Amino acid sequence: MDNQYLVTSSPHFRSDYKIERMMLDVIIALLPALIAGTVFFGIRALMLTAISMVTAVLTEYVIEKLLHREITIDDYSAAVTGMLVAFNLPPTVSWWIPVVGSFFAISIVKMCFGGLGNNFVNPALAARVFLLASWPVQMTTWKIPEAVSAATAADAMTTATPLAVLKTGTITHLPSLWSMFIGNIGGTIGETSTLALLIGAAYLVYRGVINLKTPLSFIATVGIMTWIFGPDGMFTGPFLYHILGGGLILGAFYMATDYATSPVTPLGQIIMGIGCGIFTSVIRLWGGYPEGVSYAILLMNMVSPLIDRYTMPKVFGTKGAKKVA
Amino acid sequence: MSASILTFKGGVHPQYNKELTNRLPIEVMPAPSEAVIPLSQHIGAPCEPLVAVGDEVNMGQKIGEAKGFVSVPVHSSVSGKVKAIEPRLHSSGQFVNSIVIENDRLDTLDESVKPKEDLNNLEPDDIKEIIKEAGIVGMGGATFPTHVKLTPPKGKKVDTVIINGAECEPYLTCDHRLMVEHPTEIVYGLKAILKVLGVDKGIIAIEVNKPDAIEAVEKATDGVKGVEVVRLAAKYPQGGEKQLINAVTDREVPSGGLPADVGVVVDNVGTVYAIARALKEGMPLIDRVVTITGQAVNNPKNLLVRIGTTLNDVVEFCGGMKGNPGKLVTGGPMMGVTQYTLDIPVIKGTSGVVLLPEDAAISEKVRACTQCGKCVEVCPMNLMPLFISMYALNDDFEDAEKYHALDCIECGCCSYICPCKRPLVESIRQAKREITAKRKKEA
Repeated sequence: MDNQYLVTSSPHFRSDYKIERMMLDVIIALLPALIAGTVFFGIRALMLTAISMVTAVLTEYVIEKLLHREITIDDYSAAVTGMLVAFNLPPTVSWWIPVVGSFFAISIVKMCFGGLGNNFVNPALAARVFLLASWPVQMTTWKIPEAVSAATAADAMTTATPLAVLKTGTITHLPSLWSMFIGNIGGTIGETSTLALLIGAAYLVYRGVINLKTPLSFIATVGIMTWIFGPDGMFTGPFLYHILGGGLILGAFYMATDYATSPVTPLGQIIMGIGCGIFTSVIRLWGGYPEGVSYAILLMNMVSPLIDRYTMPKVFGTKGAKKVA
Repeated sequence: MSASILTFKGGVHPQYNKELTNRLPIEVMPAPSEAVIPLSQHIGAPCEPLVAVGDEVNMGQKIGEAKGFVSVPVHSSVSGKVKAIEPRLHSSGQFVNSIVIENDRLDTLDESVKPKEDLNNLEPDDIKEIIKEAGIVGMGGATFPTHVKLTPPKGKKVDTVIINGAECEPYLTCDHRLMVEHPTEIVYGLKAILKVLGVDKGIIAIEVNKPDAIEAVEKATDGVKGVEVVRLAAKYPQGGEKQLINAVTDREVPSGGLPADVGVVVDNVGTVYAIARALKEGMPLIDRVVTITGQAVNNPKNLLVRIGTTLNDVVEFCGGMKGNPGKLVTGGPMMGVTQYTLDIPVIKGTSGVVLLPEDAAISEKVRACTQCGKCVEVCPMNLMPLFISMYALNDDFEDAEKYHALDCIECGCCSYICPCKRPLVESIRQAKREITAKRKKEA
């Protein structure tokens, strides 16, 4: 036999869908929020994000090099993690905070458990919680967006986030809903601009990178719970402030949908969203912290394998098949 | 015809590449100078040869006798002299005992090849016997003996016959062209099946990406009582038996069950065409329509090829190869089988010969599973391919079985969609083999 051809198992052709393209799509989707963060909080926001991304990628590279493992930075997942770590930081933090955060996210949370796909919690969120516990002052010093401080000529450099205001119960001091929608409020670098985050999310849905099961059930649950359990009695809650005011939009679309740490079954993804929503609301309404999105997602991350196990889809041909007439 | 477009849950939309051949009429390829006819071209027991080396045989003569119920005879596709009876390479990858006939180019018809009586004058069992004796098997590629399908197990009542004109495999257009060019034969074959089963409802299901086929078949069914054309969404694996039944009748074939369990029998358009010819001309299954296509062949064609013609001859007839093919596939690219050589014969189940371009041979980088869940989304059987595969790759076949590995129909949607290019269906197939082997051992 002169000319022999390659023999493989079927299928013999595959989609051009690739994980590196999907990760790149996430980075593209996060760009509007990065631009918004830079506009509202200044060039420092951009610098912190860059530092965070470089640290994340370098950490993964060095660890894989040292362990003589395959270098996987070309799947862009480390870059995404770095970006998300920065998005969860206040724009006032010192430059070494993103370095520590991204290093922690990649080395401890991701690589210790075997790299992409094997981490049991979201690396960026774990890093946020780690930083919050270690440097609480740095992590909770908020800045008035530059546009606002210029307009009011206020010299105060710090402000409270809308959620912190809500916690004190004085709704009158809240910024307008429009400011909250475009992101002209205190908060972390990437969480404030709902508008920018939604543009990115629409792109991700269009590209088929995420579906809406988890994000919508997450946001709806928070909306309903914060509306029912209002400060002035049942069904009086300022739910729109809760939806727009913190890290909910960022968390729901970009963190709770993280592949490795969320369920793969359709029903499981809805349960993930509802669970995140319940924990977030409970922490915000009755807990000690003003914000609960990070903890809620981390808690649900840990039960996600369990959710998958109990929501296994009914296999074709095992449910009430129609009998012959 | 109902206006709605029927479909199933899950599936993928691959690049179909059917425009290479879907407008090309079926051409008749000249008979080969030597026909290699394997004695096993079907699922079931191989045939016993009825001729010896040196014998003269006629075209259409039975040269291999079926052994057992799940088996069909084979016939000579040419007239001439038996040169050898020896194991030859077969598209299954194994060497199979084959009858090699030197063509005398006379095409002397065997005396057994005579038009049968009209359908109205035939008893159901006579028709079934004719189908069996003509060596007819499922022409979609599975090659399950058709007369067995037409003998539903006792106690199962069949009420619907579906003719599968979905042709959801990318590249292939042989069924498409048959429906466009021979719709009356297809309807005739369907009527024969309806009579065998004593059923009065026949449905011909065609994907909407073949509007000319829908039009032609509709015209042929005009005024035929109980026969209807339905439109299917163009989605892979729409032509999978369970998916097709689900789309058309909304019934679910139970796990581990047969279409007859939900009162349905499914046959491919190629199969009913062969049945029509066996009745009208008396011609047994000695040729079939094959789509020779792919970016690596010069003139893609739909060809009527005699069984036993080698792929070498077929590709030569299509102007030879264009560049270096990356892979050579018999059947479609989603579920077909790769061949390492062209030195094998066309058999009853060879629906296509696809010469994929050179870059098809480049294996893509396999990455760790990110649990994105795309495979769960597309699985038409509602399985969780990522977990079955994970267990299979760890040799944990018990857990693979708990995740319903045996329900996998091996359509390959999971591997197709996987962004990490993981060998999902490949490993699930392995798990299925191990689980069935273990069950056999225990039994």
